[in-house]
Amino acid sequence: MSTAVETEHSWALSAENLTKEFGEGSQRTIALDGVTLRVRPGEFVTVVGTSGCGKSTLLNVFAGLDDPTAGVVTRGAKPALMFQDATLLPWLTARRNVELALKLTGVGKSERRSRAQELLAAVRLEGWEDKKPHELSGGMRQRVALARCLAQNTSIILMDEPLGALDAMTRDHLHDEIESIVRDRGLTVVFVTHNMREAVRLADRVVLMGSGRILHEQEVGLSRPRAMDSADVAERAHDLTARLKAGGTVLRGVDS
Amino acid sequence: MTATLVSTQVQTSEGRTPSKSGARRAWAWSWPKLLAIAIVLAIWQIIYWSGWRPSYVFPSPLETFAELGEMIRTGRFWSALGTTLSRAAIGFGAALVVGTAIGILVARLTPLRLAVGSLITGLQTMPSIAWFPFAILIFGLNEQAILFVVILGAAPSIANGVISGIDHVPPAYSRLGRVLGAGPVSMYRDIVLPAALPTYVSGLTQGWAFAWRSLMAGELLVIIAEKPSLGAQLEFARQFSQASTLLATMIVILVVGMLVDALFSYASRSLRRSRGLETT
Repeated sequence: MSTAVETEHSWALSAENLTKEFGEGSQRTIALDGVTLRVRPGEFVTVVGTSGCGKSTLLNVFAGLDDPTAGVVTRGAKPALMFQDATLLPWLTARRNVELALKLTGVGKSERRSRAQELLAAVRLEGWEDKKPHELSGGMRQRVALARCLAQNTSIILMDEPLGALDAMTRDHLHDEIESIVRDRGLTVVFVTHNMREAVRLADRVVLMGSGRILHEQEVGLSRPRAMDSADVAERAHDLTARLKAGGTVLRGVDS
Repeated sequence: MTATLVSTQVQTSEGRTPSKSGARRAWAWSWPKLLAIAIVLAIWQIIYWSGWRPSYVFPSPLETFAELGEMIRTGRFWSALGTTLSRAAIGFGAALVVGTAIGILVARLTPLRLAVGSLITGLQTMPSIAWFPFAILIFGLNEQAILFVVILGAAPSIANGVISGIDHVPPAYSRLGRVLGAGPVSMYRDIVLPAALPTYVSGLTQGWAFAWRSLMAGELLVIIAEKPSLGAQLEFARQFSQASTLLATMIVILVVGMLVDALFSYASRSLRRSRGLETT
């Protein structure tokens, strides 16, 4: 674990010796096994691992959707969560999806429309406000989901493989947009992915997980802007993939 | 020059295509129905020609439709139709309120679901006509007896539509609600109930079918003096052996039932289409 992390005292998010078990008796599975992860305010952390390694469970515990079996979670603010499939409500337009988040955050009715409009403009969806989710592309739906996260007016956003189903070009555009929004607003992000290059492209720090444990953490240290297909991102991703494999797991389908 | 020509051709083609395809769609939609009606009428006419039953018991399609034409020109028919439709509206409206409230409570409260969940399905399968002797005993031969049975006929289907709709709300929506900070009220108002709406509308469609059947059974059994209704008209036509009036009234009952069902189907399709669940 990085010593730089341990010298920090004020964490945006922290998990201390976290354990999460599902089921009982012979059906018992351990999804998280003594995970300790601390995230600095304004830090972009990506969590990488194979399916079933516990990365999404960790995110759910951070989001407050699951309670840990043991251990302590502290949150500097109530986090927003961006789901893998956007999870927009299909009966609401893009703007009304964002307005719902504003409403539940306590924003008055008179302000909601203009605030939603601003947030959708921030994710470059001007002119698409009145479209229903099924009338939008996968990338646009994730942009709406990002605007909805921003509507929650929180400093922490958790992202659960939000770009996994998108084509490479859309994903690259969204990388740029997420990076710029996160930087401009000083957000803290925990981003779960199984794509090592994506993890290196976005992160200040990459966390490798396997079998419910943290196998390795590494500050990326590359200057920004970065590109998925650049040599230094590819090289770093290659090294981290080797570390992940050495940690006892085989990363399938990884783009490194 | 070539460009202008191509452009003109495209415009002409675009101008014609929608109306052509619209007419084609209307024809594609209507011809199977028209064919089905033609086949039914042909079979009816053949049976009539066969002399299977005398014409005063089994009239021809022509006699029946002539009678229907006469019937709809009388004030008594419209008064009967008005009574029946207002009973259907009041009964179905009350069933909607009762069924929706019970559905939400049963879906929300586990002990209530354990207590009455299977009873609701049991009530749904129980023939509503079986309730009439009891309803007549309790309320007498009056409107309340009819409405009581209409409500009992329709409410279980509506309640089951609500329960099933809520049960099948994707878990991701509930998780989203929790992440957005929705309390119990807003979780239901903003997420669960709108998500359950398509299944609820299916429950309403089924509820309408049960309400309409129950109402017809009720009007046949509970005949109120000076209150003409379609059911009473059927019963009187049978008593006076007016077969063509009887069949004409049956056609009206069938058409009203189908029209209301078509309204529900249209609402259901529009709802699903607006959510991207149906493309055509």
